[in-house]
Amino acid sequence: MAILRVENVVSGYGSMEVLHGLSLEVEEGQVVSMIGPNGAGKTTLLRTIFGVLRPWKGKVYFKEEDISGLPPERLVRMGMAYIPQEYNIFPSLTVQENLEMGAFIREDDYRPRLEEIYELFPDLTDRRQSGAGDLSGGMRQMLAIGRALMLNPELLLLDEPSTGLAPFLVDAILDRIKDLNDQGVSIFMVEQNAYKALQISNRAYVLEGGEKRAEGNAQEMLEDEEIGKLYLGR
Amino acid sequence: MPELIVYGIILGSIIALGTIGFTLSTKIAGFCNYSHGDLMTVGAYIALLVNGTLFSNVGFLQSKIGPLSFGLGLLICFLPAILVSAGLAILIDRWVYRPLRRHGAPSIHFDMVSLGVAFIVRGVIYVIWGADYHFYFKGVRSMLFLPLGIKLRPDEIFIMAVAWALVAVTYLFLGRTRVGKALRATADNPDLARVAGIGTERMITWNWAVVGALAAVSGVLYGIETQLRPEMGWLFLLPLFAALVLGSIGSITGALVGGLVLGMTQQISTAWLKPTYKPAIAFLVMILTLIFKPEGIFGRRR
Repeated sequence: MAILRVENVVSGYGSMEVLHGLSLEVEEGQVVSMIGPNGAGKTTLLRTIFGVLRPWKGKVYFKEEDISGLPPERLVRMGMAYIPQEYNIFPSLTVQENLEMGAFIREDDYRPRLEEIYELFPDLTDRRQSGAGDLSGGMRQMLAIGRALMLNPELLLLDEPSTGLAPFLVDAILDRIKDLNDQGVSIFMVEQNAYKALQISNRAYVLEGGEKRAEGNAQEMLEDEEIGKLYLGR
Repeated sequence: MPELIVYGIILGSIIALGTIGFTLSTKIAGFCNYSHGDLMTVGAYIALLVNGTLFSNVGFLQSKIGPLSFGLGLLICFLPAILVSAGLAILIDRWVYRPLRRHGAPSIHFDMVSLGVAFIVRGVIYVIWGADYHFYFKGVRSMLFLPLGIKLRPDEIFIMAVAWALVAVTYLFLGRTRVGKALRATADNPDLARVAGIGTERMITWNWAVVGALAAVSGVLYGIETQLRPEMGWLFLLPLFAALVLGSIGSITGALVGGLVLGMTQQISTAWLKPTYKPAIAFLVMILTLIFKPEGIFGRRR
């Protein structure tokens, strides 16, 4: 079953159309990447899926239910989570408070989940009471992921999780994303670091100029010469 | 001089209360609420109304508490003042700001509209109570003579106690409760708060409740310290602006420190300058802050 399906979505800002009728699918349990150059419309796509922007045309389905234009606060209750690329933490809150905010809509006791998140990201454990704004880039990204995981989402949308990180951290973050997927979380991410993203993905799409340029098995894309030349910098 | 510092702390406590509310609404509602001062005025006049009509002939409510110049009645009046100011703030949001948000209006529209709201609220107060000064109580106020030549009215000790107690309560509310943390999160990053499932509209309503309540209390305290007149809150807006900028917009601690520093600066300036220059001093502090430390004392450079 497709956990996420996007059908002919047209979207943009103000009067500027960014996505010109885009379709894609994420199968349950898979990691799917969207790669492509800067300004391709990757962030716009995620914002449209997550209801931060309304699609001008087209439909978005989550588990075959039409969610087009539903606000984020509804989508998190349905089992989706979204980690924006920038400003993805609350800098004046502590680490712990950031995670608590991730559980804001939970009525039950979220503390066991909090401890699970700390086990997943041990570096955060010692910094529970630190201001999130004082964290390093890698820790911020882990906190952002931790926040999104507080609700045990079924589908995680990630916007460029490796941006601005040192190379060894890029691997650490992507490994962690792969771990999450092994635990059953479906993942749709957009990445500029295309080579690394494809390595942990099942399938991938290439987005350029608001249109889909290629799609297919991630492994095959890694081996494809033309895609390698155009989008993987080889 | 020690006396001026003490007066500065008293004025600063009232300014700080107002600034905490002001900074919250600036970040959460996303605009500079020019009607904040007039919410203070509304609170002050509601206390006057209830105390002067409903309670006026009830002896035990009007007999003075110890050395203070007012009775239990005025203390009880904090409650209707809070309810009316908070309720009014929420209603104005429903009727005025929410439709603007639906249109996706730019923040300058909100600023201008809130300026209009300020004039309307003040206009209504003029119509009901007139332009005359009003007092919560009549007669001579007792005075305490403290060491270092400090003359202090017991009322002023009460004002400080209430202001600081309320600051503490607000701090605990924002720091410890679920809604309080969500308010800070929304102030920090409204888009991310939405993405985390924190409904913005609900937080905006909470914001106005807190802002209205804080404004009402600072209005009544200011009324006890001086007197009630329709433009009392409006004129209070100037030091609030300065304290907000000085303490960094959005920082609660900053609002507190900014308010205190500003209150003291204004009072101490009267050692050399006429008291009429106090608003000018507030603006001088604001302009100097903006030139030399634009992010404020507690801000982060981005």
